Amino acid sequence: MARAVSTRRKIAFTALAWAIGLIIFFPIYWTILTSFKTEAQAINDPPLFFFFDWTLENYAVVQERSDYMRFLWNSVIVAGGSTLLGILVAVPAAWSMAFVPSKATKDILLWMLSTKMLPAVGVLYPISLLFIQFGLLDTRIGLVLVLMLINLPIIVWMLYTYFKEIPGEILEAARMDGAGLREEILFVLTPMAIPGIASTVLLNFILAWNEAFWTLNLTAAGAAPLTAFIASYSSPEGLFFAKLSAASTMAIAPILILGWFSQKQLVRGLTFGAVK
Amino acid sequence: MMAPAVILLLGWMLVPLTMTLYFSFKRYLPLRGDSLARGLDWVGFENYTRFISSSSFWPSVQTTLVMVGGVLLITVVLGVLLAMLLDQPFWGQGVVRILVIAPFFVMPTVSALVWKNMFMDPVNGILAHLWRFFGAEPISWLSDASLQSIILIVSWQWLPFATLILLTAIQSLDSEQLEAAEMDGAPVLQRFWFIILPHLSRAITIVLLIQTIFLLSIFAEIFVTTGGAFGTRTLTYLIFQRVVDSQNIGLGSAGGVYAIILANIVAIFLMRIVGKNLDR
Repeated sequence: MARAVSTRRKIAFTALAWAIGLIIFFPIYWTILTSFKTEAQAINDPPLFFFFDWTLENYAVVQERSDYMRFLWNSVIVAGGSTLLGILVAVPAAWSMAFVPSKATKDILLWMLSTKMLPAVGVLYPISLLFIQFGLLDTRIGLVLVLMLINLPIIVWMLYTYFKEIPGEILEAARMDGAGLREEILFVLTPMAIPGIASTVLLNFILAWNEAFWTLNLTAAGAAPLTAFIASYSSPEGLFFAKLSAASTMAIAPILILGWFSQKQLVRGLTFGAVK
Repeated sequence: MMAPAVILLLGWMLVPLTMTLYFSFKRYLPLRGDSLARGLDWVGFENYTRFISSSSFWPSVQTTLVMVGGVLLITVVLGVLLAMLLDQPFWGQGVVRILVIAPFFVMPTVSALVWKNMFMDPVNGILAHLWRFFGAEPISWLSDASLQSIILIVSWQWLPFATLILLTAIQSLDSEQLEAAEMDGAPVLQRFWFIILPHLSRAITIVLLIQTIFLLSIFAEIFVTTGGAFGTRTLTYLIFQRVVDSQNIGLGSAGGVYAIILANIVAIFLMRIVGKNLDR
């Protein structure tokens, strides 16, 4: 903004914005903090906001009692696998729609979007039945497939909006300079497409990591990822605040960090390119 | 090259949908001995009428409307205010933005459990401490104000989304237009009402539609907090209970068809906006 802003006004806005930001962030701060307390400190009255004896005991206990690493590994496999598989299927589709559009392209894109609107609960039984039939219930491969399918429309859409932005003139220029189709794809298009693909991977990894309908309903002990692991703390373990916090912190930390990198892509990805 | 994606999605949509439709016209109670192998009885529209006339249907519709409406109202109103605040120049913009967006990245089961136990617990929760500090009697949030509590949790999760999208939209506003209005002496409220709000209308519509679609199928937040008790049984959760708890597949499938129709009505509007955008 070109307008000069008075310092007093800026101070006021700084105070207000920080106050609101800290209130919104407080539950996360509190969870992380509580994970370093003992159970007695966690329910201390009045609450302990910073000064207490920090301990790592809860993390050790959570890992020991419930084999946390297995759930973490399941989450990594399921979120990573479904994202990679989705990208493999979506890149050719988005590529051809962006560079060789036909009359049907728009309709196909919108139809893909419409499959995303299908309420999961409406097809819960059929999917469970098919999973039992094909031996996919409580397997990682089954979850990879389902999460890939529910996120596929978003992946195609995001890639499409990114590929759309690669200007056609660049291809012409490369051709004028004597580039063949192979060079064109390898040296011109791919480098330009990689940032878009990376953003898409990032956002979809986050979405798959946090998915909590199919992961809760299609897994038991074997393939359960972190979403289901945390749900098992519902009761009575949930009343052990420090351990609940340690388990929660470990489940959300990787995604919080990834999420901060994906702010911009979030808007584009979740509004299907309608807001940029 | 589109074929793999199209075929996969077509299969993902058609196969389960056809099965749901099929079951919705059948009597199918696995616990009473009905099985696919022995064949199911055709009951016509009986499941559809029974689902609607059951005593839990209308309350669940009401719960769904209150929950979705409440969350939409809170997130959009606060989202607009917050986006306008974050658009102002102040120190530490980047950090505050990160703080505000963070809840969106917390998995639903974590946010629900953290709120339920560490905040809303009537004895040891932070809110109970706060209430006692001000000399008030702590509230049993999830049993006495259950629906409001869930609305609070879900709003906390979705406020970042609304804020981020509205902020993106505000930043595309031409600041010269606002300055001109300010020079002409238009008061703050008028500038907001006649310039900012109209500029945001499209973004607000998109936030409303996308959130509605996600909110209609809210599941984990109810599953780990109240399990559908204390008046928090939404349409989605009612269908889930019919299928999973009472194992009445026919009835649940009929409910599923209603949910699909409902979601599609919302989806049509969203698709129109997104479709228009494609033409540009």
